[in-house]
Amino acid sequence: MLTCKDFLRELSEFLDDATDSATKKELERHMSECPNCWVVFDTCKKTVQIYKGQVAKEIPQSIHVRLMAAIQRKMAARKCEGHSHPHPTDSNNPNCS
Amino acid sequence: MAEAAPFDEAALVARAKAGDDGAFSELVEHYERRIFRLAKHITQSDEDAEDVLQESFLKAYEKLDTFQGNSKFYTWLVRIAVNEALMKLRKRKSDRSVSLDEQLDTGEDTVAREVAVWDDTPEQRYSQEELKGILDQAVEGLEPIYKVVFQLRDVDELSTEETAEALGISIPAVKSRLLRARLQLREKLTKFFQRKGDDVFAYL
Repeated sequence: MLTCKDFLRELSEFLDDATDSATKKELERHMSECPNCWVVFDTCKKTVQIYKGQVAKEIPQSIHVRLMAAIQRKMAARKCEGHSHPHPTDSNNPNCS
Repeated sequence: MAEAAPFDEAALVARAKAGDDGAFSELVEHYERRIFRLAKHITQSDEDAEDVLQESFLKAYEKLDTFQGNSKFYTWLVRIAVNEALMKLRKRKSDRSVSLDEQLDTGEDTVAREVAVWDDTPEQRYSQEELKGILDQAVEGLEPIYKVVFQLRDVDELSTEETAEALGISIPAVKSRLLRARLQLREKLTKFFQRKGDDVFAYL
C-alpha cells in the first residue's frame, strides 16, 4: 500500500506522466482514496500549468543597449583580427585601428 | 514559448557559425531575457546578473565554433551562463565555493502543509499584472537551485535531460529539485488561489 509520503515522492513524475503504468495505477488508486493527496495533486498540477511558458520580463532597455554594444565591440574586434575568423568579410573595416 | 515571429534556432546558429553577425545578434535578442532571469535567480542581484548576461553572450560568441549542435543552442548557452554566474558568486563569497550540486535535500521539505482546494482557473481572479507579481514573488522565495531548475523545466520547458546537461547535475538531482520547487510553489500560491470559504475538512 502506498503511503501519502510515497505519493508525494512520485508526484512530480506522475504530473509529467513519466511513471510506469503499474506505479501510475497505484498512484491513481491512492488519490481516489485520499482526499488530501488528491488536493495536493490537483493544486500542484495547476501550479505547473499556470507557470508554463510564462514569458520572461523585458530586461531594462539600458541593460539591453549595453549588452548589444559589448557584443558589437567584440564583433568589430574579431573582424580586425581577420586571421582568427574563417570569414574575414571586410578588411577595410573603419573600426579597425 | 509564445513568440510571434517564427524562430528557427538551428538556422540562425548555422548562419552565425558561418560568420553572420546579424544572426548572432538575433539569437542574443531572443534569449537575453531568459538568460538575464536565470542569472538573477542564481546571483540574486541585478548588477551581477547584467555582468553574467554580457559575459555569457561574449563567451558564446567566442566559442561558437566549438558548439557541436548535439544539444540545443539554448542548453549550451545556459551551461555557459550558469558557469559565469557561479564564478560571480565565488568571487563574491571568496570563503566558500559554490555549486549547484550541493546536497541540500534533507527530505524535510517534501511535505504538504497547506491542503486547500483551489478554484478551477484560480489565475483568472487576478489581472495579468497582479498574477505576474504573485508568480514572480513566489519563485523569488525559493532557494536559487530550485528557482533555476524550475525555470528551465517548467517555464522554459526543457526536458529533464536537457536541464541536467545545462546545469551539469544528475538527472535524479533535477527530478528531486523540481519536485521540491513545485511543492513549495504550490504552498506559496495556495493563499492566493484557494477556493473562497473552503476548508479541507469539508472534503474529509
